[in-house]
Amino acid sequence: MKRQGIMAVNSIVVFACLVGLWQAVVSLNHLQPYILPGPLAVARALHDGFPSLVNSLLITTEEAAGGLAASIIAGVAAAMVFAQWRWLRQLLYPYTILLQTVPIVAIAPLIINWAGAGIFSVTIVTFIICLAPIIANTTQGLISVDENLLHLFLMYKASPAQVLFRLRLPNALPSLFTGIRISAGISVIGGITGELFAGSTRVGEGGLGYAIIYASNQMETSYLFALVFAATVLGFSFFFIVMFLEWLALHNWHESSMPQLEE
Amino acid sequence: MKAHSGSIPDIALSSVTKRYRNAAVALEDISLTVERGEFVTFLGPSGCGKSTLLKLVSGLSPVSEGTVRINGMTPANARQLVSFIFQDATLLPWRTVAQNVGLGMELEHAARPARKERVAQMLQLVGLSHVATRYPRQLSGGMKMRASIARALVSRPRILLMDEPFAALDEMTRDRLNEELLRLYAEHKWTVLFVTHSVSEAIFLSTRVVILAAHPGRVAHEMQIDLPWPRTAQTRESKAFEEQVTHASRLLRGVHQA
Repeated sequence: MKRQGIMAVNSIVVFACLVGLWQAVVSLNHLQPYILPGPLAVARALHDGFPSLVNSLLITTEEAAGGLAASIIAGVAAAMVFAQWRWLRQLLYPYTILLQTVPIVAIAPLIINWAGAGIFSVTIVTFIICLAPIIANTTQGLISVDENLLHLFLMYKASPAQVLFRLRLPNALPSLFTGIRISAGISVIGGITGELFAGSTRVGEGGLGYAIIYASNQMETSYLFALVFAATVLGFSFFFIVMFLEWLALHNWHESSMPQLEE
Repeated sequence: MKAHSGSIPDIALSSVTKRYRNAAVALEDISLTVERGEFVTFLGPSGCGKSTLLKLVSGLSPVSEGTVRINGMTPANARQLVSFIFQDATLLPWRTVAQNVGLGMELEHAARPARKERVAQMLQLVGLSHVATRYPRQLSGGMKMRASIARALVSRPRILLMDEPFAALDEMTRDRLNEELLRLYAEHKWTVLFVTHSVSEAIFLSTRVVILAAHPGRVAHEMQIDLPWPRTAQTRESKAFEEQVTHASRLLRGVHQA
């Protein structure tokens, strides 16, 4: 407990030093705010542009969370199909690798071309880049079940559905969460990347990606910094929410479930 | 082999051969009859097919030639009568001890009150009532194995198949679990097929020891174990026990050298 207190103080001191150094570099060199704004200028931009920043943040959150949620549902469903039918897995699994290697910046314009500019097509972009880690990890977890546990279920004359839901799915839970953790991080990147192309149907009402382009064009570098800060906070929040859910689901029984959160 | 006229043996293997997919012969021409209430242990070098034999009897693996009959039925039809205890405890890590023990009844959609009562009885029987709500990772190796045994007993099996159940335990724990197993065996009079690498464990537990030879797996020797019942820790110190262990070890050495 005492050690944690010292750690917290240390972290704050390090953070304060970095911010101070940043302000010093800007002030001593008399840098213009559009080249490199100091922390004070960024804080001011954050304060002044707060309503529109929150608006952008919410839009991006919606797209990232929507895409992530859809990828979890579709990914787990696909993995369950792959686990059940080996031939289907061998036939279709290579395409999930394709999904992972295709550059998202190349297909984002296509999707916007087909689905129209707006939140929906950005959600699709996010969905696509989140999908592969979920499928790959969940499939791995579903098929790597201890042979004796399968024999046990066979001896009990368990139905295929019982084997799937009572054995394979719980067994895959740790790897599913590994997949979700990876995808949670890239879902925010997916949302912002999508917005760079999709833009907004109405001026000033786009997500973070659109606002970044807009601020960059307007040379509002201080606001640009504030947006980058907001995007970082969003990514962190996603990550920690997933970590927390993972801890809730696994801490009772799984060895790897984050001892640092277990006190 | 004892000839009981009229009664159907619990387990009867006649001319059983098992080949793997690569055509290697795991077991060749095994004929073996096990009467109700016998405790038969298989000893033999690795690769002699002891574990495969249990898989054939349980119906988890089909025979290539010959027949297996459990109380006159095919292994697939006799599954209600048989419980399998695996080498490691094979508990589901995401379920508590009680939930693990109740798994079979749950899969059969047994009513919840009946299940709870039966699980409590079985946990009591193996001395695990106090850890019913714990998860497997919080248990010692011996406790996990007890939970595994409790799970096997829930269905009131007539036949127990045990594949090196205590191999991973330290000797003290193994001896104690051996004694407890015999106490339960005396009460329930199951028919047991038991696989082990330990000669003294085999002699201590069994009414009959079957020594297998490898490549291909076949029956090399059979020994009736006539040590008096009940067998306790003192049994291991008796001269008769030591003589049987020495004899079995000698037979086993012969099989190894062949």
